[in-house]
Order: sequence, then C-alpha cells, then structure tokens
Amino acid sequence: MFVDLFLELRKARVPVSLREYLTLLEAVKLGIASYSVDEFYYLSRSALVKDERNLDKFDQVFGHVFKGLEYLSDIFGVEDVPEEWLKALAEKTLTDEEKAEIEALGGWEKLMETLKKRLEEQQGRHEGGSKWIGTAGTSPYGAYGYNPEGVRIGQEEGREGRAVKVWDKREYKNLDDSVEIGTRNIKVALRRLRRFAREGAPTELDLPDTIHATAKQGWLDIRMVPERHNAVKVLLFLDAGGSMDPHVRVCQELFSAARTEFKHLEYYYFHNCPYEAVWRDNRRRHAERIDTYQVLHTYPADYKVVFVGDASMSPYEIVYPGGSVEHFNPEPGEVWMRRLTQVYPRAVWLNPVPEKYWKYTPSIDMLSQLMDGRMFPLTLEGLDRAMRELSR
Amino acid sequence: MKFEGTDTYIATEDLMVAVNAAIALERPLLIKGEPGTGKTILAHEIARALDKTLIEWHVKSTTKAQHGLYEYDAVKRLRDSQLGDERVHDIRNYIVKGKLWEAFSHDDQPVLLIDEIDKADIEFPNDLLLELDRMEFYVYETQETVKAEHRPIVIITSNNEKELPDAFLRRCFFHYIRFPERETMEEIIDVHHPGLKKSLLREALNCFFNIRDVPGLKKKPSTSELIDWIKLLVVEDIPPEALKSSDMKTIIPPLYGALLKNEQDVHTFERLVFMAKRGQN
Repeated sequence: MFVDLFLELRKARVPVSLREYLTLLEAVKLGIASYSVDEFYYLSRSALVKDERNLDKFDQVFGHVFKGLEYLSDIFGVEDVPEEWLKALAEKTLTDEEKAEIEALGGWEKLMETLKKRLEEQQGRHEGGSKWIGTAGTSPYGAYGYNPEGVRIGQEEGREGRAVKVWDKREYKNLDDSVEIGTRNIKVALRRLRRFAREGAPTELDLPDTIHATAKQGWLDIRMVPERHNAVKVLLFLDAGGSMDPHVRVCQELFSAARTEFKHLEYYYFHNCPYEAVWRDNRRRHAERIDTYQVLHTYPADYKVVFVGDASMSPYEIVYPGGSVEHFNPEPGEVWMRRLTQVYPRAVWLNPVPEKYWKYTPSIDMLSQLMDGRMFPLTLEGLDRAMRELSR
Repeated sequence: MKFEGTDTYIATEDLMVAVNAAIALERPLLIKGEPGTGKTILAHEIARALDKTLIEWHVKSTTKAQHGLYEYDAVKRLRDSQLGDERVHDIRNYIVKGKLWEAFSHDDQPVLLIDEIDKADIEFPNDLLLELDRMEFYVYETQETVKAEHRPIVIITSNNEKELPDAFLRRCFFHYIRFPERETMEEIIDVHHPGLKKSLLREALNCFFNIRDVPGLKKKPSTSELIDWIKLLVVEDIPPEALKSSDMKTIIPPLYGALLKNEQDVHTFERLVFMAKRGQN
C-alpha cells in the first residue's frame, strides 16, 4: 500500500528497513492514524525516521510521493537552493501587465532551462526585481511571486489560498547534515577513536578476579587492576597560514577538542603540503624546524595520523622539487606524503573546504589520491566518517 | 487509552501520534530534542495522564545494561559466608533487582523512563536489544527467565551525544521535539503560570525569541529556562515596560542569568547590545 513511500525513502538514502515498514503497517492496521493525512504523516515519520538529520529528506519524499512535488535537485542538478533566498520578507503585488509579461516568457521547458542558468549565474540573495531568484519578485523562480507557470522552490505558507501542508514546510531543514561544529560536538565525534586499555599502576579493585582468587586460595585475596584509559595515539599535522585563514576558527575548535580528548596527542604544523621539515610553533617556524624524518622515526606506526588542511595550492607544490612557495624543497611533497602514509597506514586528511568544491581544485584531487581517497570534509559528518575510517 | 497532553504539559499533535503509536504497538519511544524542551518530563506526564506507575532509570557514563536487569552482590555473599550466615546457601538473597526487572514484574503496566541513554557506553543500547524487544531476560545465577507480564510503556530520551546503533533504532518509534513556536510557547507558559499579565507575557516572549536569534550563542535558552525566567520576573515583580528593548538603559533584560548560562554567551550578548546602541546613537 505504501510501498512507494518505502522505496522512495530508500532511494533518497533514508535508512529504512522492512521491519520499520511492517511496524508502520501494523500501526495503520490498529487505526492509529485515523484516516487523516496529517496523522498518517506524523505516524510514518515517527515509525520510519530515526534520526533528525533525515527528517528533511523524509518531508521531501513524503511530499513527492503523495503530492507529486518535484525534486529540485533532479531538475536543476544543484544540491540546494540557499534557504535565505527564499525567506519571505516582502511580497509584491503585481500588475496585470506584469502577469501577462511573465506568461509570455515561454513554456515549462524553457522555464527550467532559464532557471538552471540563473542558478549558475546568481551569487547572492536577491529580493524583488524581475530576473534573479529570490522572494517577492516577478521572476518565475522562487516563492511568493506570481507566475502562472512558476516553479515553487519552497515556501512557508500557501499563497493563493492553498492549504498549508505540514511536510511542505520542511521545518527540519537546518538539521540536515549540520555544518555547525562546536568543540563539544567535535569531542563527541573524536570519541569514536577511543581505545580503552589498562595501563599503569593497579589502583582499582578487580572484583571478578578477586572472587576467583579467593575461591581458589580459600582466603580473601584482593586483586587490583590499573584504571582504564584512552590509549589511542594521534599525530596531528595542521596546515598553517595563507589559504587556511578563513578556516582558522573551525581548526581551532578541532585542535582544542583533540587536545582534551586524547592523552597521547602530538601535533606539527606545515604549510600547504608536508615537506622535509615541520614545526611546532608558528611564530618561530623559520628558526625551529623539525626534520620530518625525525618525526617518522620518533613515533611508532601505531600512531594514527590526521592531516588538517585545505589542500588548495598549485599542483607544482605537490609534484615538483622546489615547488614549495616558501623555500626550496629538494624532494616533492608527493614523496613526503607517500613516506608518511607508508609509515602510518592509519591516516586521514580533513579538509575544511566544502566537499562540493573539491573537484574544482586539482591539488585537492591529487592529495586525495595520495591519501587513497581518505580525505574527508571538516564537518561533523565528515569527521565522523574520518574517525570510523581511523578506528577500522 | 490515549495520551492527549495534560493540564501541565502541552503536547503537539505529532508528539501525541508518536506516543499513542508507541503505546498501542508496545514499542519503545525514543525522544530527542534540544535540552530543556521537556523530554524527561514527557514520561512523567504520560504516567500521570494514564495513571500508571513511573519507573525511572537514569543512565550515566558508567551505567551498564546489566545494571538495569540485576546485579549479583558477590561481596555481600562472601562476607556472609565468612560470618557463617544461613542466607549464604540461597543465591537469590544476593541478586539485586534492576529497574528493568522492576518494570517487568510490576503488577500493572508501568511507564519505564530510560533517561539520557546516550550518556552510557556506545555498546549500551545493543546490550538491551533483546530485553526491550521481547521484554524478557535470563538470570544465569538462578537459571530463571524474567518475562514481563504487562509490557511497560518505554520512553527513552537522548541528547544526541552518541549515535545509537541502527538495530536499536529499528525497534523504536522516534520523535524529535522541535523548539516550540510562539503560539505553542504561549500555551506552555499559560499552563505553568496561569493568569500571567498579557503585557508581561508578550514582552518576555519578544525578549526571549530575540535572545534566541542572537547569532553565535553557544547554548540557546530553552523552554525550561524561559519558564524559570518568567517565574523570577513574577517573583521580583518586574514591570513589562522594563523588558522593552527600546529602552536604552535596560536593554539587557533583567535577570538574564536565568536565560544565558555561559560566560561567553553573556559577553556575546553584551557586545551585540553595545554595538546596537552605538548604531542608534
């Protein structure tokens, strides 16, 4: 009966399983969603979606399955129309002439085509006017405007007397794959890397062992064990300066979270790409350099390595000797990356540049290949993936 | 037997559907949401509305799944054996019942609250899969199976500190408590502070939603904080005019300590207020 919904949800990568679907059917059979669409929406949402990040996707799929709402990304090939463009701030009353003008613009196909073009051209939010996408304009694209053939890109209320549909509101929008990243969130993500081990002085009572030993000896034999600690060891390489400036805040947050989360954390700075030397203090980086070989020899292979950098540079900086912007490097960065990843097989690269722009920068692609694809965006979701990779 | 909110708890329609589905299908209900949106209170209110006993199990970072079932007090038995106590011969004397056992063996259907499940170890929910699914477990020491006579209504809350395993999620209904809208908020305040002056309510809500809109706050004030704040405003007898943000001197709301719980947030807020003032002068 609702197989379409189920299949569409799976297609939209909402993790639903057969079991949840059966639960939903069972609930429907019990008459919980007493023949009201809204209640059915609430019920199916509660039964099928188990993570608030998927609520927005669910709303879209639900709207699509039960109303035929078009997927925007399918039509335009863009991931997301920025929400703020569509925020309703003003509404303009159109004259009849203008209405006629819009009608004259062309058919549906043409509308789509133009919109695609506009989306590519447009850089910022726009309001009013009659060309750009935004709100309350006479452009055929966007919400709250008037166009008989208009494409709706999301709106909060029905305008022309249409009823409000709950799923159309897509209120969970801002929870989708949250970009906001705070020290606490990072810590939680880093926690995946925990490897507990008992090391050091025995300070805790080991009850099972004590019972066992006592039973064996016939007298009370107290056994102690060392406390459990997070024994994971992390080597952090941070890109400093230059193109990393816009990402300073998120890197700081990552760094401070990592510092408190891991007992064994060693960190070094590099610029753009690691070469034969790294440093620990950015202010004295020309005076106090540490040979990268020394790093390779100091820390054993059980250290997990995390590179943090935007990997955006000239490709020469990676492949050519002497390509570095700061100094003359006898060996290309590529060689050093290989050495590092060979010694430390558990390594990931975290990139603060949003993933969708990666393909436009060749150096990101190159470094990603050097890392065997283990480059992740510096968002909570990316961090999570990276930590899973490291703890594998 | 349907849950429709209570005189002290405003439940939105989607929440009611989720709760009633969980009750009817006897599945656990997982509740997530911003801190202070009434996740824990929900279990209390369900128990009250349906007139059932509430059994609370507060999970901490050290809590193990086994704690909820039962614990075997070996040390006590060891001591008894050395003192030659008669009870030592029956192992049942040393089995301490946990919250789940308590809920399973309750005379009528209770409400079981498993609070902040994400605080525990990552494996914790996995260890409870079978127990929550079949509502039974096996006691190795006495070789008996404890089975629930009346499947309890299980409410689980999570603050999202850890991701819960898929297998666990599949067995639950899920509801995310969204931050209430202004209208819902007015209803909520009304059940907590009936007869509040309309003008005070309006100004307080304006003030509150303005603070929530301040960009870059580490911890946005939530419903529970708003309720506390209004209580303070009433106790201190602050006039509604004092909350009007057009007034220059008192632009920082009185008793803001109830809303902003973090030094940096207070600083952020003060700086913004200062900048806004300069802009107006």
